[in-house]
Amino acid sequence: MNAPSLALVVVVVALVAVGVYLLLERSLTRVIIGLVLTGNGVNLLLLVAGGKAGGPPLTGQTPPEDMSDPLPQAMVLTAIVITLGMTAFLLAMAYRSWQLTGHDEVQDDLEDRRVARRAALDRAAYEDVDAGTEPESLDEAAAEVHDETGDVGGRS
Amino acid sequence: MLLLLGLHGIAALVAPVVMRWAGRRGFWILALVPGSALVWAIANASSIAHGRIPTSHLAWVPDVGLVVDLRVDTLSWLMVMLVGGVGAAVLVYSSVYFKSGASGLGRFAATLVAFAGSMLGLVTSDNLLLLYVFWELTTVTSYLLIGHYADRKTSRRAAMQAIIVTTAGGLAMLVGIVLLGSAADSYRLSQVLADPPSGAAATTAVVLLLVGAVTKSALVPFHFWLPAAMAAPTPVSAYLHAAAMVKAGVYLVARFAPVYSHLTVWQVTVLGIGGATLLVGGYRALRQYDLKLVLAFGTVSQLGLLVMLVGHGTREAALAGVALLGAHAMFKSALFLSVGVVDAATGTRDLRRLHRVGRALPGTALAAGLAAASMAGVPPFAGYVAKEAAIEALRHDATWSGRVVLVAVLVGSVLTVAYGLRFWWGAFGAKRVLPGQTPATDVGPAAAAEHPRADVTHRPSALLVGPALVLATLGLVTGLAPTLGDHLLSPYAAGLPGEGAHLVLWAGPVGALITAAVLAGGAWLFRQRTPVERWQGHRPWPLDVDLVYRRSMRRLDGLAADVTGATQRGSLPLYLGTVLVVMVVGAGWALATGTALPGLDAIRWWDSPGQAIAGALAVVAAILAARSRRRLKAVVLAGISGFGVALLFLLHGAPDLGLTQVLVETITLVVFVLVLRRLPPYFSVRPLAASRWVRMAVGLAVGLTVGVLALVMPLARTASPVSVAFPAEAYEFGGGKNVVNVTLVDIRAWDTMGEISVLLVAATGVASLIFLRRRSGDLDRSGAVRERTVWRVDADAMAPLRASARARWEASVRAGGPARIHSEWLSGAGSLHPQRRSVIMEIATRLLFHTMVVVAIYLLFSGHNAPGGGFVAGLVVGIALAVRYLAGGRYELGDAAPVHPGLLLGSGLFLSAGVGLLALLFGQQVLESTIVQVDLPVLGHVKLVTSLFFDIGVFGVVVGLVLDLLRSLGAEIDRHVDAELDDRSGGDQEAPTDAAGAR
Repeated sequence: MNAPSLALVVVVVALVAVGVYLLLERSLTRVIIGLVLTGNGVNLLLLVAGGKAGGPPLTGQTPPEDMSDPLPQAMVLTAIVITLGMTAFLLAMAYRSWQLTGHDEVQDDLEDRRVARRAALDRAAYEDVDAGTEPESLDEAAAEVHDETGDVGGRS
Repeated sequence: MLLLLGLHGIAALVAPVVMRWAGRRGFWILALVPGSALVWAIANASSIAHGRIPTSHLAWVPDVGLVVDLRVDTLSWLMVMLVGGVGAAVLVYSSVYFKSGASGLGRFAATLVAFAGSMLGLVTSDNLLLLYVFWELTTVTSYLLIGHYADRKTSRRAAMQAIIVTTAGGLAMLVGIVLLGSAADSYRLSQVLADPPSGAAATTAVVLLLVGAVTKSALVPFHFWLPAAMAAPTPVSAYLHAAAMVKAGVYLVARFAPVYSHLTVWQVTVLGIGGATLLVGGYRALRQYDLKLVLAFGTVSQLGLLVMLVGHGTREAALAGVALLGAHAMFKSALFLSVGVVDAATGTRDLRRLHRVGRALPGTALAAGLAAASMAGVPPFAGYVAKEAAIEALRHDATWSGRVVLVAVLVGSVLTVAYGLRFWWGAFGAKRVLPGQTPATDVGPAAAAEHPRADVTHRPSALLVGPALVLATLGLVTGLAPTLGDHLLSPYAAGLPGEGAHLVLWAGPVGALITAAVLAGGAWLFRQRTPVERWQGHRPWPLDVDLVYRRSMRRLDGLAADVTGATQRGSLPLYLGTVLVVMVVGAGWALATGTALPGLDAIRWWDSPGQAIAGALAVVAAILAARSRRRLKAVVLAGISGFGVALLFLLHGAPDLGLTQVLVETITLVVFVLVLRRLPPYFSVRPLAASRWVRMAVGLAVGLTVGVLALVMPLARTASPVSVAFPAEAYEFGGGKNVVNVTLVDIRAWDTMGEISVLLVAATGVASLIFLRRRSGDLDRSGAVRERTVWRVDADAMAPLRASARARWEASVRAGGPARIHSEWLSGAGSLHPQRRSVIMEIATRLLFHTMVVVAIYLLFSGHNAPGGGFVAGLVVGIALAVRYLAGGRYELGDAAPVHPGLLLGSGLFLSAGVGLLALLFGQQVLESTIVQVDLPVLGHVKLVTSLFFDIGVFGVVVGLVLDLLRSLGAEIDRHVDAELDDRSGGDQEAPTDAAGAR
């Protein structure tokens, strides 16, 4: 008797599917809308996991056995507000991206592309002056090194 | 002992201060620290020799078996003597070796003392994990000291090489330690040794431990890092790379030899590698021109000999080994310190450029001579006593391995004598034919220019020569009193099988003959030095391990780049897609194999018909939002979908959720619109149709997986939910009837605390993205504004109408009419561009704002018993502020909330946390509620729960968040727009219409 109502499950499926579809977009605005939709879908999923519908969890108004599960509700409540904060942050990023580049599309990471390009050319990810393979004789290396020795005494 | 360790730690921390305060003399103060370890060791020498072993114990993380167990038996005692004694000598030496203004002396001194402490911990630790920690600490300090001159490529390279090689071995050793510890069921060293585990796991562990020892003690094939490490300042070479750190590997071998030397793999590894190292090091020492390099290869060679002796597994060899361990520390550090003197006095260490230095530096030459004699095994020095004991021990070992080892030791001793002589002659002797050159070229001017003769330009102070002389003399004194060494060291050897072993000066005629032969052979080899050098020069070393190392490092870089290039494509959709597909596969697999769908009869279509309608609204709006090409439309549709979800919440019996969802959707919509006004109205056209299908497929797959999850999850519950007891608990302990709200502010208050912290971070993030430089600028207040320029428009169609109305008004003022009609309440709206003002909006705001605030306060205080609470109340106030902003612009917002959002956020969080902590003062747990019931005159019976203040904190954070969003995404972006318009119009070209006479 604990099985969920099919209507809710359908809504969850639809919201998550559409949300993920939008999440995989490049336009940051669409990504944010996808995030909001997915968030709504997952919030419903949490509620569904808590069991079937019931009366509001208010002591005195609903008998405890008829209450809907309050725990997922508390979790979802915080999740909703966090989604607001996250949406706002991403929107600020979209705005900043628009300020800097004139659009809000998520570009490929330049550094990653550079590393991949260099790897394709069989070169190290970065040039390290200390990591050369050219042989250097120990004597030459030793001659270069000299300590900052002091005034060990008077001149002889 | 713990005190000593703590002393080292503190000294390392304060060393930079000491050095800044006392200059070079600071080294004297710091020398007291390792000196105290030496004094401690001397004071305890007798009792340790008699078997009274000092131990100390400090529980560090006892739950995971990590305790500081220290134990000083004979072997550890010897190492403490070396670490403390040589450490003190080197620090005193450093006080005159470096010039007073030398760079980084504070760091150098701190690292050196830290090393001394780590080494002390390493050799006294009785816990394998602790030993590993100290082991790696010495590696790190060694790295820092080798790389002391970080501006030199050679130093950086040598440091890097040393740390990579030794940490690689250290990691292997850690695996070995864990294997051994789990096999023995104890990480306590003395316990493991008392009852050593056997079997394949233990054998593997021993091999891995040996890998650690081999890398640390620079044995073949990892010997290459030690000569390169000569890039370190000479005192470091004398201490770390001759006396102390490189002995760690020897120490480890000596530690485990009594219980594991019978293993074949041990014998092959230790004796094979030790012998090879002994010969390779001695051979290569014969061709170096840099004095430190001669000594470095000599050290490599001697380390091989030491490992062979202590790892041989007989009592005699072990006693000889530990005796040589002590002798080597004395003579090798004395030799390095002498090189430092020569270097400081002449400015070079190249033996081709030094001539008759011994005359100018007699004290140094004497010290180096004594030390070299000890190294070569000349009677009656300590080196001789040890080597004599070794040869005696090996001579009586009739096994084939004993024979091979004996031959290796004899050949190695000959080489040692030869390079010892070559070193002393090279540093101090007179040269007719400069080595490395044929006599013919020697007289030519070119050769002289290439290696110009260096003369002694500075005379060293006594403090510079003293440490070397003391150490070298000690080598003579201990050699003259072999019974003392015998007495102190034989307890260690007693743990090994074998006959009674002794250290003596006269070991019989055969021993004397062998010694004489070795000395003679070495002297002959020294005489033949020029041919030997030429011969070595013509035959380059067949396998340059250093080059192998560098090439493999390069390959590793290449591999890393390949892996990065293959996995990090830099595309966000690709990463997200990967994550989601993994989720589908993982969760789908678990669902398909481990669960069953509920039967059709168990499924209800809906809980109520309204659910279907609200659900359809949410789904249709979401799909339309995804299809929309217009940004605003997509956002509005997503908002409608969100309202549908809010309805579903309400129908599910979650009024708090429904309320929150509606409010959040509203604010989200406002925030979206605020940002979207700056973005292009349409999404860019993306022609990649194929990728769209892929995205749809991924979306559908994820959606269906989640759907199956939703069907399966409610049935998968086996235990009764934790929340069954919530209603009763909420009323009894939390003092509230709204179970969700009590859950938030009391039962699961920690979650809420974390969540409002996230909100604070998000708000700060938004502000920092928009404000870029500072957010705490002046607030926009309407009193300061003169112009009606907010949200101005380019073309104002109504301007002529307004102009005529204005003319009429001015005429009436001139005629004596009222100059000002009334003082507006929404005065900030006066700053708006006239066309942006909306009478309906302003009137609505006037009606609504206060009502909303009052409702919010009601929700806040009643939230404990009825739907509402801090989140909902905060959101309502947020919407009220948004309405004010939309009606009156940014100046109105400043009037409505004349406070910085950061202040609200911070004080909100502070209040929540503070209330939570306050409970501690009353002996309760953090965030526990207290119920106070009072009867007040007007309000009647009041039941006050302390978690209300927590909720007020939440309220503050939420209001702060929304205010921050309005300030950043609203007001600040307005300012950006204005600045752009000003730039475009050039400021004065066309003053905004109606700007001049706003009032």
